[in-house]
Amino acid sequence: MRYLPLTEADRAAMLKTIGVSSIDALFAEVPAAARLDGLLDLPLAQGEIEVERAISHMAERNIVAGSVPFFIGGGAYRHHVPAAVDHLIQRGEFLTSYTPYQPEISQGTLQYLFEFQTQVALLTSMEVANASLYDGATACAEAVMMANRVTGRKRAVLSGGLHPHYRDVCATYAEFVGFDVVATDPQPGEDESLGQLIDNTTSCVVVQSPDFWGELSDQSELARLCHEKGALLVVVVTEILSLGAVKPPGEMGADIVAAEGQSLGNALNFGGPYLGLFASRDKFVRQMPGRLVGETVDAEGRRGWVLTLSTREQHIRRERATSNICTNSGLCALAFTIHLALLGESGFVRLARLNHAAAVRLAERIERLPAVRLVNHSFFNEFTVRLPCPAAPVVEALAQKRVLGGIPISRLYPDRPELADLLLVAATETATEDDMDRFEQALREVLP
Amino acid sequence: MNDWSQALSLHTPAAAPIAVTFSGNRALQIEERLIFEQDAPGRCGVDLPEPPAFRPCLAGLERRGPVGLPSLSEPQVIRHFTRLSQKNYAIDSGLYPLGSCTMKHNPRLNEKLARLPGLADIHPLQPVSTVRGALELIDTLSRWLKTLTGMPAVALSPGAGAHGELCGIMTIRAALEARGDPRRRVLVPESAHGTNPATAAACGYAVDPVPANAQGRVDRSALERKLGPDVAALMLTNPNTCGLFENEIVEIAAAVHRAGAFFYCDGAKFNAIVGRVRPADLGIDCMHLNLHKTFSTPHGGGGPGSGPVMLAASLAPYAPLPWLVLGQHGLELVEHKAGAAETAIGRLKGFHGQMGMFVRALAYMLSHGADGLRQVAEDAVLNANYLRVLLERDLSLSFPGPCMHEVLFDDRFLKDSSITTLDFAKALIDEGYHPMTMYFPLIVHGAMLIEPTETESKASLDEFAAVVKSLAAAARAADVARFHSAPSLAPRRRLDETAAARKPVLRWLPASPASGAVAAQ
Repeated sequence: MRYLPLTEADRAAMLKTIGVSSIDALFAEVPAAARLDGLLDLPLAQGEIEVERAISHMAERNIVAGSVPFFIGGGAYRHHVPAAVDHLIQRGEFLTSYTPYQPEISQGTLQYLFEFQTQVALLTSMEVANASLYDGATACAEAVMMANRVTGRKRAVLSGGLHPHYRDVCATYAEFVGFDVVATDPQPGEDESLGQLIDNTTSCVVVQSPDFWGELSDQSELARLCHEKGALLVVVVTEILSLGAVKPPGEMGADIVAAEGQSLGNALNFGGPYLGLFASRDKFVRQMPGRLVGETVDAEGRRGWVLTLSTREQHIRRERATSNICTNSGLCALAFTIHLALLGESGFVRLARLNHAAAVRLAERIERLPAVRLVNHSFFNEFTVRLPCPAAPVVEALAQKRVLGGIPISRLYPDRPELADLLLVAATETATEDDMDRFEQALREVLP
Repeated sequence: MNDWSQALSLHTPAAAPIAVTFSGNRALQIEERLIFEQDAPGRCGVDLPEPPAFRPCLAGLERRGPVGLPSLSEPQVIRHFTRLSQKNYAIDSGLYPLGSCTMKHNPRLNEKLARLPGLADIHPLQPVSTVRGALELIDTLSRWLKTLTGMPAVALSPGAGAHGELCGIMTIRAALEARGDPRRRVLVPESAHGTNPATAAACGYAVDPVPANAQGRVDRSALERKLGPDVAALMLTNPNTCGLFENEIVEIAAAVHRAGAFFYCDGAKFNAIVGRVRPADLGIDCMHLNLHKTFSTPHGGGGPGSGPVMLAASLAPYAPLPWLVLGQHGLELVEHKAGAAETAIGRLKGFHGQMGMFVRALAYMLSHGADGLRQVAEDAVLNANYLRVLLERDLSLSFPGPCMHEVLFDDRFLKDSSITTLDFAKALIDEGYHPMTMYFPLIVHGAMLIEPTETESKASLDEFAAVVKSLAAAARAADVARFHSAPSLAPRRRLDETAAARKPVLRWLPASPASGAVAAQ
């Protein structure tokens, strides 16, 4: 077996050194009834050629996003990732190291996480960011629980414009961790009047920007209403690239920002692994979940970085920790950091403009189709359209024509017939004019 | 064998080495500024076209003012991150004996396959008809995990081990509540990983610690005394954090079940028994697996991981969404609480789980096969016991007798030496090794938990043992300075963690006072 260096001679010599006659002696503590004597009913070892063939065969049964006109978003976005990103994250020193518990020999990881925290704080215009969480949805649930800790309250108001998976994750945590959520109905294009739902038991209001439908709105007034009642404003961002074009949450009064960072550096990967971004006001830092990297000096006075404020964490506090989280998304955070380092100020802003421009062009084309109506008043790179018929069969028919043309809202809200005609469509810098032509043409053929 | 003494005598320069360099660099260790300190406006590491003129549709919410990101070219970015990488220790560079973390070799085939466009470039919300192969892959992975554990169901969405624990305890609570029997205590051994009590507490349970016995196993009589009608679950790690198999586990499972409670097993140590023991045969109801431990997906400097949860039939109806089921048209994704999935606890994560990790773990399993996986457990246990025997006369073995895939020492051998476990670990850094896990588990003093994994050769273990023995001898000889000054050859000496926590600096800020309010933090 190519990954196992011990030879039979090694094994025999080692058993002799240990002073036992066979490997079974080392498993003597296992109850006899639970010992497996033979092999399990699974295939035997295979070489690289066979394994590659088997898994490639599965891969070939999927329609690759990059091989067709592709207009799907909904919290996961297809962007071009520069070649340097994947090259660098595959350096073994990054790929095969552990959490940087030994800072003297982990400065590489610690320094990039410090750079990552700084980048996240800059993008969101918040004061402090952590070293990442699992994904945007879990970051959102962690934000609510942090708001509960900060305010000493247990009731969160969730916007109807929050991604339905994020709403569902919050609801699951609420049930088992023990807090209340008030979720308003999903109503694209409508004013939610969330302010009316805030009272002095509300820990936070959670809104998404751009929201799930792609709509943009100013949260400043909502922030004021939250703060008036002692609640926090949590702003969720599922398309972090939008912050290259749109006013950041920190400038609209957000107290906590929970975001999905997949767009930068990370492939679609059928939904994971992704990258939870988490930022807040400085004064709440000791209530934050997850790892934090801080600057310090070594015994010779040289600048260096360490994991810090770990007294919040489970390995120190055990049942009194702020969160049970241990692992983060380190390598995804590295990909994000490298991609953003390559983009820099001008590249990030231009990439955002390219995305917005692509979506504007696509919206103009789709609006020209008979009986199709744009639901949004504004958008970044994603918007919702109302079709003259249920969207799910349309999307399926488009797929038959090898066009991946958006998400039917019914996939996420199957029990809401009023949303069945809605289609969520995204366009990024990867969409060409030809892709848009083919999408438009296919829609003309498929729509009644 | 080379005659190194002769080589050294020939090439050792007469003059003493320089103490400091003008640059601050030390040959291959190059000092590297932050990207923010390398900024020069006008540069960019990507070439993007300017979009044609268009009418923005941003509702007047355009970002005003710069983001503050630094501008670098591609060669600078490559050099920056290459230099950073050279300050990291990694499995690829050497033995990484970090107990409880299973730092085994990460096969590169897995990386290649995870990047196949048919797996990496597919969207989680594409029509199911366009991702049949992805569902087949997830189903194949599930079948392997179910066969290896003997357990009938698996929840794949948890993002890592701790997330899997949360999933498992939520599932147990849902099952108890469904039978009208809510309970309030979860028993957790004192030797458990910190995530166990943190998870139980997060799910609203009172955590009741169970002591260990003199043999490093859970004290069964103490455990049985604590069992009662208000105990929801026992969370046991097996093999446990002392590197020992819980030899009374079958009796413990029976007692837990007699009390009407569920038996949760932390499967972080599955590497020791994969292919040799099926957890279902031990009476376990629920167990998370860390794909980034046993199944070799890379740790990546702290993630991403993946923490599938194996479930007994009694818990399967409560598994989180999505479910993958065999329907009329083949494999189907169940994404909502409806029909049979009405009982699901809900959703724990966006989309469908850590697909990229599933690909790697499946490639690992297909590569090893039933025979190779059994060999993995055997070699992991063999390597740990080999180190135990090589080192037990030099360090202090916490519990005598065979261990599983990791071996626990404590600091009795350092008694009265003024050298601590931390000092000893830092001295290992100077010797070119990542230290073992320190001060965990908490039930012995100054713990040193060593897990070599099966991907180390005998020669590698011999070299490591020789270094550890030399250090132990130096400690006995009161060569205190070697330890207290360590590490002195790493990219950094010991870092001031107290100062870091007292006045946290968690982001870069421009030095100039002109940066105003932001700099004032």
